[in-house]
Amino acid sequence: MADNPNPDIELPEAEAPAAKPKRKGIKRRIFLAGSALVVGGGIFGVWWTDSSVKAKANALIGGEGKHAFGSVMTIAVDDTVTMFSPHIDFGQGSHTALAQMLADELDAKWDKVAIEQAPADMAFANGALAKGFLPTMTGDFAAGLIPDAVIGMMARSMPLMITGGSSAIRFTGEVAMRRTGAAVRAALIAEAADRLGVPESELATADSLVTHAKSGKSLRYGELAAGAAGRSLSSDPVLKTREQWKLIGTGVPRRDIPSKVDGSAVYGIDFTLPEMRVATIAAAPVRGGTLESVDEAPALAVKGVEKVIKLPDAVVVVGKGYWPATKGLQALSPKFSDGGHGAVSTPAIYAAQAKLMAGGKANNEAGEGDVDGAFKAPGAKLVEAEYRVPFLHHAMMEPFALTGHFKDGKLTIWGGLQDPLSTRVKAAKAAGIDVENVTFVPMIMGGGFGRRFPDIVEIIDQIALVAKQVPYPVKLVWSREQEVTHGSYRPQSSAKLSASLKGGAITAMRIDYAQSGNAEGEVPFIYTLPATSRRHFAYQSNQIDGPWRSVNATQLGFYTESFMDELALAAGADPYEFRRKHLSEGSRHQKVLDEVAKRAGWGTPLPAATGRGIAIVESFDTIVAEVVEVALKEDGSPRVVRAFAVVDCGTTVNPLNAEAQIAGGLIMGLSSAMGEAVTLDKGAVVQSNFADYPILKLADAPPAVDVHFLDSGAKTGGIGEPGLPPASPALANALAALTGKRIRNLPVLTQARA
Amino acid sequence: MAIAFSVNGKPVSVEADADTPLLWALRDDLGLTGTKFGCGIAACGACSVHVDGNLTRSCSVPLGEVAGKAVTTIEGLKSADGVLHKVQAAWIEAQVPQCGYCQSGQIMAAVALIEKVGTPSDAQIDEAMTNICRCGTYPRIRKAILAATGAAAAQQGDA
Repeated sequence: MADNPNPDIELPEAEAPAAKPKRKGIKRRIFLAGSALVVGGGIFGVWWTDSSVKAKANALIGGEGKHAFGSVMTIAVDDTVTMFSPHIDFGQGSHTALAQMLADELDAKWDKVAIEQAPADMAFANGALAKGFLPTMTGDFAAGLIPDAVIGMMARSMPLMITGGSSAIRFTGEVAMRRTGAAVRAALIAEAADRLGVPESELATADSLVTHAKSGKSLRYGELAAGAAGRSLSSDPVLKTREQWKLIGTGVPRRDIPSKVDGSAVYGIDFTLPEMRVATIAAAPVRGGTLESVDEAPALAVKGVEKVIKLPDAVVVVGKGYWPATKGLQALSPKFSDGGHGAVSTPAIYAAQAKLMAGGKANNEAGEGDVDGAFKAPGAKLVEAEYRVPFLHHAMMEPFALTGHFKDGKLTIWGGLQDPLSTRVKAAKAAGIDVENVTFVPMIMGGGFGRRFPDIVEIIDQIALVAKQVPYPVKLVWSREQEVTHGSYRPQSSAKLSASLKGGAITAMRIDYAQSGNAEGEVPFIYTLPATSRRHFAYQSNQIDGPWRSVNATQLGFYTESFMDELALAAGADPYEFRRKHLSEGSRHQKVLDEVAKRAGWGTPLPAATGRGIAIVESFDTIVAEVVEVALKEDGSPRVVRAFAVVDCGTTVNPLNAEAQIAGGLIMGLSSAMGEAVTLDKGAVVQSNFADYPILKLADAPPAVDVHFLDSGAKTGGIGEPGLPPASPALANALAALTGKRIRNLPVLTQARA
Repeated sequence: MAIAFSVNGKPVSVEADADTPLLWALRDDLGLTGTKFGCGIAACGACSVHVDGNLTRSCSVPLGEVAGKAVTTIEGLKSADGVLHKVQAAWIEAQVPQCGYCQSGQIMAAVALIEKVGTPSDAQIDEAMTNICRCGTYPRIRKAILAATGAAAAQQGDA
């Protein structure tokens, strides 16, 4: 988008070339949702003025004494401003940050601002995006079910209702929330000017009041709301300058936290209804396999078990509670086929990927300059290294749980998913009913990290099928074992990196990588080199490769930033200085790198038996550099003792929350690098629970993470994901500095397994 | 069979098999959903409660062993007049939760630690706080525990 002449309007990018072979429904949608947005005043104006959208939104969120402004917010007569978030909040804190952006432009009193989840209705969706990108983002099946008329009349600056791609703040917040706040503020001023009979220019706003200084009169937003709601809203309102912000940039406490410390927050798994039953499920151990037979009797003999339901690839036991259902399921001995995938194993996948890369026929290529020429140039020193990373489980702490009730041809589903609209479409398809007959009630979620995108969530289909077979509401809960063995994993991936050095500088670099998705366009290559080549070799196993927090930036970051250290070593250079000289002079990247080096005391003496590593990765328009210091425990396993992160995300809306996101991302990255791996044997997942899929615990996490933001004012970047990718290469680089041993296969603790 | 015990100071009786884990009696029979299901094998700690004052992973304790005992859950930490426990207040002050799902268990573990040792050291926190948090809130958990016990001033750094 560098050549876009109007920085206020993002132009749609051409659809990225798809990976081949491509699994149906598995798309690189986080990337597309994040990068391909059509916004701007013109489109926004269409949305403002569409009377049918206004009427629908008003019917859904308006009400006695509450006046709706588009589908974004209401103002009540008591001055309460309620923001309706199209994004769900599964811990990333975007609800509070979005409300800050709206309230700042609106000049609303912060303690009178409430936050609610927008209903799962097309009135809250983004028609402009839908038109162009819905097939790519939700799968063709969803696109076909939404009438053109609906798509055509909507135009809203947010990616449908998807939450992902670190997109809430940088797109929805920057465009919809700030603009709505400013436009509604202008309408309130216009209304007050008419009422008071004074020019608009003599009016000022603050704390949900419009004040006329000359006369000393003021009107509350609640008094003006009805009149203002009847006015047409500007599609191009004047936004505040950075200097005028009061709420944006401040660390206001998150609104959801009190309910999360006293047990009162109701997650999807906590939902109950009168007469509700609980079900649990065992799917074919080999993904792609089917249920061949099962004797239901042993389950039905368990007290509290009411029904056994056979699905094409799974068996479900319904009982009075989770425990009877679990006991019933454990009593069964279902026979599953392996779907022809019985030979798939982790070593076989690595071998196949190596063979693909050795074959040299890439599915996608990008880069510039003459790499091969530079490699063969006289005096060039060639360095090569191969890296491998395993499948990773998302390990959201709340296992999947959806409640469904099928009654009179209509299906209602309660639970937490990343895109309420395509949840409805998927459930409708599974149930064989019209999408208008499906209601989805979004609930808060115990984590997600990319796992809850509807098209990779089989429990949507499962609850639709199960609810249709019982006369009562039913909550289907996945066990942790089901979660671990039937994930939509971060792809297992292999890479071969090669580069030529001359005079201490890189003259060319080639990155070959084999995995399902092409990362080009998603993960930027940040170094300025005379020649580069990035080649993607498409490989798909029997697993579902899903988006995992920060998506392809995890493995690409690990490959590139580990290799940069190897090159620095080969060039006899300091890893920080070596990176620095290959970044554009004066660039944002260089400033971020310099700052982290400064804060971490790069080059200063370390305590004995401690190693220090650095890495820098850009993802979701945010640049993050991290330094970690690692020591070895008595058993030889590493512990990160100090960690530093410097972040340039343009603007930090809520520094208190952004700091938590970056620190959390860094720790999740360390966790994955340290011990996490999903491996396959005979087509089935070997691990089953946290006993053999270890998540980093408090004692092994850095006691504190020093997080620092450089508010460069550049285009606002994401914050939920970018803290993760630099962590694993920084750890590997620190370990190499400490032990002299380069770790090229993750995870660190179980390399033998790979 | 009916199994009698107390929860948050109130006597309860649950009609369930003796092998039913306490977790599911709390959640499905008593409607106390603040105690979470995470793994079912006592590995993650999301289901942590106190049984007769002892920190217990309720997914792996059969109800039969709880008969006659006193159970405290996250819902029972507040005082009778609704004032938050100092650990809960510290959790809000430090803005610990992200997704929040593991935090009931984390708080129950932290309360048990403080009740046991008073003012825990960093090493004691390392040893006692073994619950899993996927969001990576560990630095703020540590900070909140230290703050709740007045030891925050001794702690360098922030996260």
